[in-house]
Amino acid sequence: MMLIVLGVFVCGTIWTVLFSFTNIKILPIFTPKEWIDGFVGLANYRRLFNTDRWMSCPAITHIGMADWRFTCTGALPNMVTYAVLSIAIAVSLGFLLAVLMDQKIRAEGVFRTIYLYPFALSFVVTGHVWAWIMSPEYGLQASMRQLGWDSFSFGWIADRKMVMYAIVIAGIWQGTGFVMALMLAGLRGIDEDIWKASKVDGIPAWRTYIQIVIPMMKPVLVTIFVIVTSGAVRIYDLVVAITDGGPGISSDVPSRYIYQNFSANLGQSLSASTVMLVAMAIVLIPWIRMEFGKKSQA
Amino acid sequence: MHSVSVQNLSLKFGAAEVLKNLNLDVEEGEFIVLLGPSGCGKSTLLNCLAGLLELSEGQIHIKGKNVTWAEPSERGIGMVFQSYALYPQMTVRGNLSFGLKIAKLPKEEIEKRVQRASEILQIGPLLDRKPGALSGGQRQRVAIGRALVRDVDVFLFDEPLSNLDAKLRSELRVELKRLHNRLKNTMIYVTHDQIEALTLADRIAIMRGGIIQQLDAPQTIYNRPSNLFVAGFIGSPAMNFIKGTTVGGGKAFKFGDVTLNLVGYEGGAIMDRPKAIIGLRPEHLAIVDEAVPGLTIPAVVEIDEPMGADSLVWLEAEGKQISVRVPVEHRPVAGTKVHLKVDIAKSSLFDETSELRI
Repeated sequence: MMLIVLGVFVCGTIWTVLFSFTNIKILPIFTPKEWIDGFVGLANYRRLFNTDRWMSCPAITHIGMADWRFTCTGALPNMVTYAVLSIAIAVSLGFLLAVLMDQKIRAEGVFRTIYLYPFALSFVVTGHVWAWIMSPEYGLQASMRQLGWDSFSFGWIADRKMVMYAIVIAGIWQGTGFVMALMLAGLRGIDEDIWKASKVDGIPAWRTYIQIVIPMMKPVLVTIFVIVTSGAVRIYDLVVAITDGGPGISSDVPSRYIYQNFSANLGQSLSASTVMLVAMAIVLIPWIRMEFGKKSQA
Repeated sequence: MHSVSVQNLSLKFGAAEVLKNLNLDVEEGEFIVLLGPSGCGKSTLLNCLAGLLELSEGQIHIKGKNVTWAEPSERGIGMVFQSYALYPQMTVRGNLSFGLKIAKLPKEEIEKRVQRASEILQIGPLLDRKPGALSGGQRQRVAIGRALVRDVDVFLFDEPLSNLDAKLRSELRVELKRLHNRLKNTMIYVTHDQIEALTLADRIAIMRGGIIQQLDAPQTIYNRPSNLFVAGFIGSPAMNFIKGTTVGGGKAFKFGDVTLNLVGYEGGAIMDRPKAIIGLRPEHLAIVDEAVPGLTIPAVVEIDEPMGADSLVWLEAEGKQISVRVPVEHRPVAGTKVHLKVDIAKSSLFDETSELRI
C-alpha cells in the first residue's frame, strides 16, 4: 500500500517535471530515448509565460508590487491575487472570530457550528449559490433594485477587473470558519496562567493578544497559512462553478488552464503543472522544515 | 493594620459554593500557607485575592485599602504560578520589564529594578536568554523576579514548586525562606505539600470544602489539631486513630480490653463520652517490653518499612493497625509481642460525633 502511494506520488511528480522539458503531444510511454529525442529545454516554459492567458504583464518593468495585480492578467496572477487576499482576509477575520468566541460566550457550540458549516459544503454547490447571489440579473443587485434602491449596483461577477474579487468573497465565506476553528484551538491551547500573569502585570488584553498570545500560536499560524495557501494554489472547482473562468478568460486559474490544455498542448500543460508544483513547494517546504526539523534539534 | 484582610468572602460558581463566608487576617510581613487537598478552594482564594476572580460576597483589604473591586495590577500584589507562565518569546529581561514598560515607568527605574531582582535571585547571567533555554528552577526564579520588580506589598504563590523535581523543590524552598527573611514582605502561599507548609509558614491555614479548618502556627497545627480532618491531613506517616469511649469522668480512654490513663492530657474537659477517638502520632509512641497499666497498649509486630534514618513499624492491637516510628537500629522482629507506650500529653482526643478536638 505504502509503495503504491509512494509510486503514484513520487513517480507521477517526477514524470510531470521531466516531460515538461520535452515537446511531446500525447501521453508517452516513458523511455529515456523518447525523452532525450523530445528534449526542448525551457521552451515550454518560455512559451507558457508568453501566453497571455497564463500571464500577461504589459507594464511590469516600471511598476511596483503594490499595483502589480492591476496590470497583470491571466491565470497565474489571478491565483496570486486569490491567494494573497484569501490568506490576509481569512486569517485576520478568522482570528477576530476566534477571539470573540474565546470570551466565554453562551451557546459557543452553536456559533462554532454555524461558522464551520460552509467548510462542510462542496465548492461546486456553494459556487453555484454564490453565482446566483452575485449575478446582476437574479441576485443581490436585482433584489435591491426591486426593493426600490435603483442605483444599487453589484456586478463584480460580470466585470473583468473585479471578477477575481467576487471569487475571493466566496472563498473567504467558505474558508474563514475553518481558520477560526483552528485559531480557537490554538487560543485554547495557551496556558491560562499566561493570561493571569499578564493581568497581574497590568497588560491590556489587546496587547496580550498581539505581543504574547499570537507569537505563542506560531505553529498553528503556520499550519493555517499552509492550508489556506495550498488551497488557493490548487483552486479550481470554485472558479468553475461561479464563472467558469469568465467573463472571457478573466477569472482563469492555473488548474483550469492545465485541465483545458491537457489534450491539445500537453507539454505546456505539464510545465504549467510544474509551476504549480513549485508554488506549492514554496509554501510547504518551510512548514515541513519547521514541523519536522524541530524534533531532530530537540 | 492588617497587611491583607478578608471579610466574609463567599464565591459561588452557579449553585456550587466554592468559598464559604471566609475570614482571614494576615499580619504585615507574615508568611501564610494555604494548605489543603485539591478542590478545597485554596487556589480559588488566592485568585480572589489577586483579583482574577470576582467575589460573590465579602470584601478584601490590602494594606488598609479596599481592593474588592480593584484590577489585579492595582492591588499591590505580585503573583507566581505553578506553570511559571513566562512569556516564551521574550528574554528574561523582557519578562521582568514588560509590565513595568506598560505601566510607563522611566527607563532608569526599570533597569534599576531588574538589576536588583536579578541580583537577589542570582539570575544575572540569564537576563538575555529566553525561558525555553532555562531549567525549571531557573524559570521559577524568573517568575519570582517578575513579581519582585513590581515592588509590591504582598506576594502570592500558587503552588510554585509543584512542577519541580524533589531535589530542586527542597533547594528552592530554602531559597524562598531566605527571600522572605530578606524582603520581609507579606507572602501568601498555596500548596498541597505539607512539608512546604510546615517549613515555610509563620501560620498555616488548613482548608477543606471552602472553609478554613484551622489557622495556626505549624507546631500548634501539628501538636494540637483542632479537628479530625486536620489531624489526619497533617503529619506523614499519618496519625493513628483509635475509636473508644472515655470513662471515669474523663479520667481514662477505653477500647477493647485496653484502658489508657488520661491524666496529663492537654485540652478541654473530657467528661464521659460514649464515642471518642484518640489520635496518636507514630513518633509519639514507643515500643517497650513490659506492660505498664494505663500507659501501654499490647500489640503484635506485623511488618516494618525502613525509611533510612528511622523505620515505620506496623503493629496490630485489638484488631487495629497502628504505626510507630522507631530508630532503624531498634526494629523489632515480625511476630513478636510488644507493648506500645503512649505519651498522653502529646496525644489528641476527638469527639467522634462533632469530630472536634476535646
